[in-house]
Amino acid sequence: MSIPQDLLYTKSHEWVRVEGDSVVIGITHYAQDQLGEVVFVELPVVGNAVEAGEEMGTLESVKAVSEMLAPLSGEVVEANEALEDSPDLVNQSPFDEGWLVKIKGSIEGMDLLDPQSYAALLEAEQH
Amino acid sequence: MKRRAHRDEPLFFERNPKRRGRQGILLPTFDGPSTQPASVLPAEVLLDDRPLWPDISEMDLVTHFHRLSQLNYAVDEGLYPLGSCTMKYNPRINEAVAGLSAFNAAHPLQPDHQVQGVLEVMWELEETLKTITGMPGVTLQPAAGAHGELAGILMIRKALEARGESREIILVPDSAHGTNPATAAFAGFRAVEIPSGPDGTVDLQALDTAMNENVAAVMLTVPNTLGVFEHRIVEIAELVHSRGGFVYMDGANLNAFVGRALPGLMGADAMHINLHKTFSTPHGGGGPGAGPVTVSEALLPYLPVPRVVKTDDGFSMLWSGENSIGSLRGFSGSFLILLRALVYMRGMGGDGLREMSETGVLFANIIRKRLEGAYHLQYDTPTMHEVVFDDSEQVKNGVHNTDIAKRLLDYGFHPPTMSFPLVVHGALMIEPTESFGPEEIDAFCEAMLAIAKEAEETPDLVRAAPHETPVKRIDEVRAARNLKVRFVDEA
Amino acid sequence: MHPWIGAGSEDRQDLLHELGLETIDQLFARLPESVCIDHLDLPPAQDEISLRRAFFDLGLNTTTAAREPSFFGAGVYNHIRPAAVDAVLSRAEFFTSYTPYQPEISQGTLQALFEFQTLMTRLTCMEVSNASLYDGATAVVEAVLFAFRVLRLKRPRVVIADTVHPIYRSVLDTYADPTGLEIVTVPAGPDGRLDIEALEAAITDDTCCVAVQSPNFLGVVEDLPVVAQAAHRVGALAVHVVTEALSMALLRAGGHFAFDVVCGEAQSFGVAPGYGGPHLGFFTCKEKTIRQMPGRLCGETVDSEGNRAFCLTLSTREQHIRRAKATSNICTNQGLMALAATVWLEAIGGSGLRRLAEDNLSRAHDLARRLVDEDTGWRLAFPDSPFFNEFLIQGPIGGTEIARKAAEAGILAGIPVARWSTRWPDGLLIAVTEQNSSADLDALIETLRVAS
Repeated sequence: MSIPQDLLYTKSHEWVRVEGDSVVIGITHYAQDQLGEVVFVELPVVGNAVEAGEEMGTLESVKAVSEMLAPLSGEVVEANEALEDSPDLVNQSPFDEGWLVKIKGSIEGMDLLDPQSYAALLEAEQH
Repeated sequence: MKRRAHRDEPLFFERNPKRRGRQGILLPTFDGPSTQPASVLPAEVLLDDRPLWPDISEMDLVTHFHRLSQLNYAVDEGLYPLGSCTMKYNPRINEAVAGLSAFNAAHPLQPDHQVQGVLEVMWELEETLKTITGMPGVTLQPAAGAHGELAGILMIRKALEARGESREIILVPDSAHGTNPATAAFAGFRAVEIPSGPDGTVDLQALDTAMNENVAAVMLTVPNTLGVFEHRIVEIAELVHSRGGFVYMDGANLNAFVGRALPGLMGADAMHINLHKTFSTPHGGGGPGAGPVTVSEALLPYLPVPRVVKTDDGFSMLWSGENSIGSLRGFSGSFLILLRALVYMRGMGGDGLREMSETGVLFANIIRKRLEGAYHLQYDTPTMHEVVFDDSEQVKNGVHNTDIAKRLLDYGFHPPTMSFPLVVHGALMIEPTESFGPEEIDAFCEAMLAIAKEAEETPDLVRAAPHETPVKRIDEVRAARNLKVRFVDEA
Repeated sequence: MHPWIGAGSEDRQDLLHELGLETIDQLFARLPESVCIDHLDLPPAQDEISLRRAFFDLGLNTTTAAREPSFFGAGVYNHIRPAAVDAVLSRAEFFTSYTPYQPEISQGTLQALFEFQTLMTRLTCMEVSNASLYDGATAVVEAVLFAFRVLRLKRPRVVIADTVHPIYRSVLDTYADPTGLEIVTVPAGPDGRLDIEALEAAITDDTCCVAVQSPNFLGVVEDLPVVAQAAHRVGALAVHVVTEALSMALLRAGGHFAFDVVCGEAQSFGVAPGYGGPHLGFFTCKEKTIRQMPGRLCGETVDSEGNRAFCLTLSTREQHIRRAKATSNICTNQGLMALAATVWLEAIGGSGLRRLAEDNLSRAHDLARRLVDEDTGWRLAFPDSPFFNEFLIQGPIGGTEIARKAAEAGILAGIPVARWSTRWPDGLLIAVTEQNSSADLDALIETLRVAS
């Protein structure tokens, strides 16, 4: 399973990438595989503030709904509008076109894993 | 399921969308003066007289639905072993009685003296349910099991209010049916899960820890969705009661012990009874159901209205009650379903009902014995009316429970329940009921064993199933992504 | 052994033997002794002959529209129910099957539901219909909770006309209690129509929905466009409640006026009165709010060979997946009743449906005119307000009394509204359908004249 080297990861299978004073967030290849084919994505409203650890949206497959928890607190500066019409981007391109939201803030203080540690986590979860 | 199916039966709207002047029903004519709609109704609310859909003759109408019916599997076709759904025979005498105009033409707002027969049916059903459960009160109002849960939880809420308490939590075992937490939330409570122990029953210690003064009730399914009887039910109820909580019993699986045990003796404060499961009223392709709720002494004052009472002059409907939670639906209940259930109970008699439960449990144990080994059993606790296997043996060859289900369709059987209990991954929850004879059970077990073998030897065959159904495996993802939920005329 | 049990007594012995057991009691060994009983205290099994006799006899204690002319309505209407509809419903493939969770072997039920959804959206002029709800009263509750969700649970005020069916309103009270919704009722004016000034005054910024029934409980047709405008002015959802679904064949439903929900009771479409149930709740809304819609939904898709097929969709809204976060705790719909309505609406046909509605209008208005013209002593409570097939009358004696006297004369004259209405406590609510012949109308007029 692919794990891009230029991203950081959470234990709940999200990836983050710093872009200026904001953080781009998505779910990992492993997460989308567990979820199955995504049929609907509910994203937070741009301009709203989200709290770390709180639900900021949902990802729906045919048989399951999974909550999107905000990995950090801050203002939502951008949401991936392409997912509205093409939720399958989350499956096709989880690390790129299937990104979810961009939140203003920094990764400081977040409990993040580097690609190697995330790979080890996946290894552990699968056994 | 091999069929001569008319797979391409068009939608009604596609048959001949432009054709007018046919009739499917000869309408009565009025010999008085006709009134022009525009003369008595304001122009802005008057609909134009363009027909909203085509016309059809009676024969073509009947044919359309006859053909559609042939695309369905049904209990009358063979074993329908959906766990927890209790797909049993729907006796035809129920339908014959429900067809009597004295019952089906009765209007719910007619005065009591005109509908004594109707009220007596309701009263007798209440009395019968009290006998079957050993509980002193009952409401017939709820339209389904989940609706009954809501009635029960609202009564508990009201009883707590009367004590001046505002408890916020309802404990639900992790093996529960999804309606339990949904009901708790709907009634304004927070559902908190309690884990199952290694034998599939409630972990008493976990319950002891969780059961504090903020817990309003515990919702328990008995036997639970694993087909396992909560053998410490009396201790559980005592523990909950001693800390001021109530015991809500989900009666979805009551059919496992009718005539053998009484929920009243187990300490239940409220229990809904799915008449469309235990008491044979038809499932109707997804309703209508009926979910009467029996209650303990403590909840009697809070029963919903209207309800039937017996007086010196016969029977009457009570439309209000000082402490009642109120009404949960229009009128007094799904009477024609209640009627069918009473016909069944009378037709079965006390001994027949007991034999019903015994036979259902017997068949479930036979299935368990024959399939154990071929399919993995996560909990080896004794089985009541249903047995829950999982697909862990088959997953080794890439075959999942959904594949097994689809392959069963090819063998001419409806699949077991797979969506829950959530505590079993890849569940295959099998409930045979008492209705079919041993030959049908034999055939089902043989099919399951054959599929287990196929999963080992030709897993691709199973994964690509179904092969014999009127339509092949359906693209549910596409349905959800490109929503098309009504027919739109292209023209 | 009983005919409804598959294993005979010899079978039972064989099966026990296979399990290595001696008695059936061993299968129940896990049940604590203190909860067990050794038999049920119920009468022995009744054979079919005595069952038929017993229930036929019970039926003799009941007088219904099948035996006497009836003008009962108030949310439950006595319309034609052709034998062909019953014949379709009694096919075991429909009535003994379960919810179509296995679409490959449920295409019959699913296509019928898809047709039902299409029929309902055409009648209501809405974009989406679910596959039914319990009944009209619970449909209104669902509509209110839906509006509350659509507006993100931030607006707790519900404005509802007091001419919405009083039973529906009392059911709403039951559900609103634990949710903290505030129900504000707006009175009707002296003409039986919603008081628009009072309505506008009641609608505030924290109102999530405005619900109005038309034709209303008193039979009067409301001014729907004005209601929708008033609701939308503050961003609240407008809900059109319908209890006489046939009215939608003649009167524009809420969808024509930008209502957000049209919902209610469709018992009129081929479902028996049955002393209150099972009936047929319906719910239609706009596509943009589909994810907040309660109840099952059937969608079109294809199978692996590319052929058109149907399946239940958006089930993630429902309890079995979302559990505590479901849009509703509802688990069952009224599948067989939705099928009844589908067969009925298609049998009547597009042209016939309109004719039937016009027929009802003619009968009702003829009766209303004759009551006034023929000097019966009775008058319309709202002479200047438009109505379809139901209206309120007042006369020399109270509604309760006239209903009793008429019943003695063998006519179910109508429903006294005294038990609910303090505004028109003496009124009698009369519904007229195609079941009421002109001889029935004559009989009612005569009874009203004599009794007063």
